[in-house]
Amino acid sequence: MIEAQGLTKRLGGRTVVSDVSFRCEPGTVTGFLGPNGPNGAGKTTTMRMLVGLCEPDAGHARILGGGYRDLPNPGRRVGILLDAAAQHAGRRGREALAVSAQTMGVGEERVDGLLELVGLDETAARRRVGKYSLGMRQRLGLAHALLGDPELLILDEPANGLDPEGMRWMRVLLRDFADRGGTVLLSSHLLAEVEVIADRMVIIGNGRIMAQGTRAELLNATGTAVRARDAMGLRAALTAAGLTAYPVDGGGLLVDAEPEAVAQAAMDDGVLLSRLAPSEGAGLERLFFELTATSATHPETISPELELAGATA
Amino acid sequence: MSATTLASVARPVPLGSASTSARPGLGRLTWVEMRKMADTRAGFWLLIAAVAITVVVVAVRAIIGDAEDHTFISVLNIGLQPVAVLLPIAGLLLVTSEWSQRTALITFTLTPMRSRILAAKLLAGVVVVTAMLGMVLAVVVAAVLLAAPGVDGTWSDGWAMVGQSAVYLIAGLIGGVAFGAALLASAPAIVAYFALPTAWSALISLPFLDGVAPWVDTIRAIGPLSEEVLTATQWAQAGTTLVLWMVVPLLIGVYRITRREVSA
Repeated sequence: MIEAQGLTKRLGGRTVVSDVSFRCEPGTVTGFLGPNGPNGAGKTTTMRMLVGLCEPDAGHARILGGGYRDLPNPGRRVGILLDAAAQHAGRRGREALAVSAQTMGVGEERVDGLLELVGLDETAARRRVGKYSLGMRQRLGLAHALLGDPELLILDEPANGLDPEGMRWMRVLLRDFADRGGTVLLSSHLLAEVEVIADRMVIIGNGRIMAQGTRAELLNATGTAVRARDAMGLRAALTAAGLTAYPVDGGGLLVDAEPEAVAQAAMDDGVLLSRLAPSEGAGLERLFFELTATSATHPETISPELELAGATA
Repeated sequence: MSATTLASVARPVPLGSASTSARPGLGRLTWVEMRKMADTRAGFWLLIAAVAITVVVVAVRAIIGDAEDHTFISVLNIGLQPVAVLLPIAGLLLVTSEWSQRTALITFTLTPMRSRILAAKLLAGVVVVTAMLGMVLAVVVAAVLLAAPGVDGTWSDGWAMVGQSAVYLIAGLIGGVAFGAALLASAPAIVAYFALPTAWSALISLPFLDGVAPWVDTIRAIGPLSEEVLTATQWAQAGTTLVLWMVVPLLIGVYRITRREVSA
C-alpha cells in the first residue's frame, strides 16, 4: 500500500512536484505516466520522496502504513529500482546483488535464483556492471528489487532499455506479482509500456497530477472534442457556460463535459460548430499526449486537476 | 526458457517474522562495508598495492643503509608509510563512491538511517587498517630479523611504537573517511586530504606563529607518531591537531551525509 498525500517539492525556486496525491492498493499495478524532458514531469522526484531519499516541502507519503524511513529493514518489505545505472561500475553483477542481500539478511542462494529469473547467465553475472548494456542493467535492477522478497515494488522506468521480448517478460512478471497480492507502482514516459499492464494510471505533467483512474474511467472521462471557425467565440461561450476547455493540437478544444452540454453552450452564444464528437475514440494515447503536451506548453490554461470519477477513491 | 519462476523466488506475502523485520545490526553493516572496500576493481587493487609496496619498501630499507638504519623503530617508520598514504584513500572512496557511482540510492534505501552507514564505514575502515598494521608489523619484524643489525637497542621501544603506529594509521584512516564525507566527491576530497594539511603547514610556518604551529600542524604533530616515542607535550599537540584535521571534518561529514538529498 502506497499513499501519497499532497506531496510538494521545490528545487532551485521551481516547483517540480505540486500537491501530488494518489494511492496504490495491494493486488494492483499502478502506472505512473508523464513525459520526459529537460523539466521532467516530476515522476522521479515523487518516487524519491516516497522512499525518503528527499524530503517533501509539503505533504507526506505512507508506505505500508507508515513512513518509509521507519521501516526497520525496508529491503524485506519494499523492492526499489530508481535508476538502473546507479551501480558501482567496478563491481561484478552478482556481487552487487550479494552485497545488498547481506545488508538485508537474505541468503546468497537467492541471488543465484534471481539472476536466473531475470535471464543473466553466469558469464554476465561475473562481468563488472560497467560493461553491462542498459538492458542488462535493467534486468540486474529488477533482480535487485525482488531480492528481499518484497510485498511492494516501486520501479522508475523499468522498461527503459529492454527489448520487446524483455518488456513482455517484465509485464508477465509484474502481473503475476500483483495477482498474488503484491502492490506495484511503475513509472514510464511511454503510454504503450504501461497501458497493457496497469490496472490504474496516474498521469502527471509539469509536477501536477493531470488525471488518474482505471483505464475505463480515463476513457469515459475524456469529454468532448469540439471545433468552430470562430475559436474566440467558442471559447467565450464555453467559459460563459462554466465549462473547462483545453486546447489541443490542430486548433480544436477538449471540453470536460458531455457533447450535448457543449452544443447547448455554443447555441446559447450563437457559435457555429464545425466539429462535435465524444473524444473517447481518440484513445488513451491522445489523451495522454493532450494532457501532458498541454501542461508543458500552456501551464496557465490548466485547471489544478482534471478530476475523474472515482479518481480519489 | 528459464527454469526459475517468479513464484519460486518471489512471494509478495508479508512474512512478518522477527528475522525479516529486524533492523540490520551495526556488526552486519560493518561487515558489508568491509566487503564494499575490497569488491570493486579500484578497492581491490588499492589494498593489494598497499601490501605490495610495503613489502618492497621494507625490503629495500633492510638491504641498503647502515646497521643503525636496520633497527625495528627505523624500519617500522618506513614500513608504515605506504599504508598510511593508501588506506585513507580507501576509506575516503568508500564514502565518495556512494555519490560518484550513485550507489547511495541503494545504500540509503536499504538503510534509511544514514548515520548508521557512516558509523559502519568508520568501523570497517578501522578493522581493515588494523589488519594492515598486523601485515606491516609482520613484514617489518621479518626484515629486521633477516637484516640482523646486531646493534644495541635493535628492538628498543618496540611495544610503544606498535601502539603509536595504531594511533597513526587509525587517525589517518578516520581523517580520510571524514574528508570523503565532508566533500562527497572523490577528486576534491583526495586533493583536499593531501594538499590542505601541506598548504596549512607552509602557511603556519611564518615566524610569528611559532607558538601555535606545533599544536595544529600535522607534519610536526602527527609525523612523530611513527618516528619516536612521544613526550606528554607531543601527545597533547597530536591531540589538538587531530581535533582540527580529523574531528572537525568528521562533524561536517556527518552533517552533510545525513542532510544531503539523494536527487542527482
